[in-house]
Amino acid sequence: MAKKLLLEKAHIEGIRHFDVYRKEGGYAAVETALKMDPAAIVEEVKKSGLRGRGGAGFATGLKWSFLAKPEGVPRYLVCNADESEPGTFKDRYLMEFLPHLLIEGLIISSFALGSNRTYIYIRGEYAWIVGILEQAIAEAKLHGFLGKNILGSGFDCEIYVQRGAGAYICGEETALIESLEGKRGNPRIKPPFPAIKGLWDCPTVVNNVETLAAVVPIINMGGEEYAKIGVGRSTGTKLLSACGNINKPGVYEIDMTISVEEFIYSDEYCGGIPNGKKLKACIPGGSSVPILPANLLLKTAKGETRYMNYESLSDGGFATGSMMGSGGFIVLDEDQCIVKHTYTLARFYRHESCGQCSPCREGTGWMEKILQKIDTGKGTIADIDLLWDIQRKIEGNTICPLGDAAAWPVAAAIRHFRDEFEWHVNNPTKCLTQNYGLAKYADALGLSA
Amino acid sequence: MVKFSDDKLKEVQSMIDRYPEGKQKSALIPLLHLAQEEFGGWLKPDTMDYVASLLTIDPIEAYEVATFYSMFNLKPVGKHVFEVCHTGPCMLNGSDNILDYIKSTLGIEVGQTTSDGMFTLKTVECLGACGYAPMMQMGMNYREHLTKERVDAIIDECRNEK
Ligand SMILES: Cc1cc2nc3c(=O)[nH]c(=O)nc-3n(C[C@H](O)[C@H](O)[C@H](O)COP(=O)(O)O)c2cc1C
Ligand code: SF4
Ligand code: FES
Repeated sequence: MAKKLLLEKAHIEGIRHFDVYRKEGGYAAVETALKMDPAAIVEEVKKSGLRGRGGAGFATGLKWSFLAKPEGVPRYLVCNADESEPGTFKDRYLMEFLPHLLIEGLIISSFALGSNRTYIYIRGEYAWIVGILEQAIAEAKLHGFLGKNILGSGFDCEIYVQRGAGAYICGEETALIESLEGKRGNPRIKPPFPAIKGLWDCPTVVNNVETLAAVVPIINMGGEEYAKIGVGRSTGTKLLSACGNINKPGVYEIDMTISVEEFIYSDEYCGGIPNGKKLKACIPGGSSVPILPANLLLKTAKGETRYMNYESLSDGGFATGSMMGSGGFIVLDEDQCIVKHTYTLARFYRHESCGQCSPCREGTGWMEKILQKIDTGKGTIADIDLLWDIQRKIEGNTICPLGDAAAWPVAAAIRHFRDEFEWHVNNPTKCLTQNYGLAKYADALGLSA
Repeated sequence: MVKFSDDKLKEVQSMIDRYPEGKQKSALIPLLHLAQEEFGGWLKPDTMDYVASLLTIDPIEAYEVATFYSMFNLKPVGKHVFEVCHTGPCMLNGSDNILDYIKSTLGIEVGQTTSDGMFTLKTVECLGACGYAPMMQMGMNYREHLTKERVDAIIDECRNEK
């Protein structure tokens, strides 16, 4: 059994309520932390090696140490619960089942950073979770863990939940800040970074839900102990949300030493692929990261076993590797159509582009239209080349990383599955009713109509 | 003219109190949600003007925001809105079939409302329920692991609701 630091208590009856959570050892980390120097907490987080769980994997302790502390200016901590990357639903699970774990992490982190008003920005569709979080906040306050002079430490803190209203882009930290200020979610040009000029122009830290929850075990066990779990620069445990064609979709906590193969086929995790079908491809870290065909997913280009951690998943760069991303693990079986799947993702990014930069606004629309054309048997070989060309012109030429996030899935699909795109072009009627893999098989046996 | 009840106005005030003084504009999205729920499920220009007046901001600031976010309806919708997710992971698990089934059962296309004003059908992009696909959002809740039978039961449930 892998070590669990976050979800260990998720199944305890009543753990959503303060009394049960407290009886199980909850809020002990707040008691410890409030006796520490805030700088010492930042130091523990640095030692833990914790990397941001929102997608970019940036070192959390380092990010915290960048926070500007000008005299007389408030500082803010904002928890990013926008969770809108296709394939990702881990933060939802954590907030639904262990709301107090997040609140506990937020109190400690607010103290470490000096935030007296902390906001949880949650995607608008998670409406029922707002009530769960607000209940947990009210309970924590009733027991003196929030409000004025927490546990006699002299530290005041309030936590508020803010609902978004349907916009993936508000997960990008500067768009999130704009949205929290009551505006459209248009990302800001960086620099200045939020650590200098963020919410209401004050120094601000934005962190993912899982990142902030992980601060609790770090304080309880100490940064050094935490860093011993995992491998290399992938320390601690990671939540993964697994979906697509697998027997056991759901949220799993892993220590980052298991192989991709074990994660897919072990009964402890995804439980293999339904109906004995073969693995075709997988997007291992949310829709934005490159898709990999089965052979490159299970083994690196050098033929080594691929593991579920930051370094191993990105081994080979974009040519033959992918990324850990947000932990959204999407599995495609042999019957699935890569063109169609990529088309739905392109449509997603076109829908979610904020429209500020022309390469992203226009490029995402073009990619969607061309992919739809190919998917419906109306494409040409030149369209495939055009698609490649467009994605290259978006990447790196935009204000925020949504442009890259839209380009990468298209690039990887063409890179690894170009023959399937060409098959659609060359079989304009067959591709409407038949599956690429099965059709090729039938052709080989001389069975096709 | 639309107007919140006294109780709702108290809720409005507590929303505004979450932000530092002078930053009341931050309450715009929460207030638009509240207004949409209270005043017929969509945001009429009048409703947006009213929300702007409560926050002492210009009406254009409310329009700008209402038009950006997909959860705000700028046209009337039916009593029950089915928002079916059709992004990759849901598609892998048969969201197309569910969508077709809902269309034929209700006799409407995506974006339309049934003539009795009961149901509106929409498609949406990933709602963070990919492991429980196919799924749709209905009001404040998610309906997951959809099958034809479940869709039938949900439609019955809506029809029988008073
Ligand atoms: C288009 C886009 C969407 C994003 N969505 C999310 C999200 O839903 N949740 C999240 O935590 N981070 C998201 N991020 C990353 C945030 O910008 C930011 O890096 C993150 O919240 C930092 O927290 P961390 O260091 O704890 O990961 C997104 C980034 C981009 C470019
Ligand atoms: S890259 Fe796209 S989403 Fe990001 S700022 Fe530019 S237009 Fe908006
Ligand atoms: S793809 Fe439908 S909920 Fe994520």
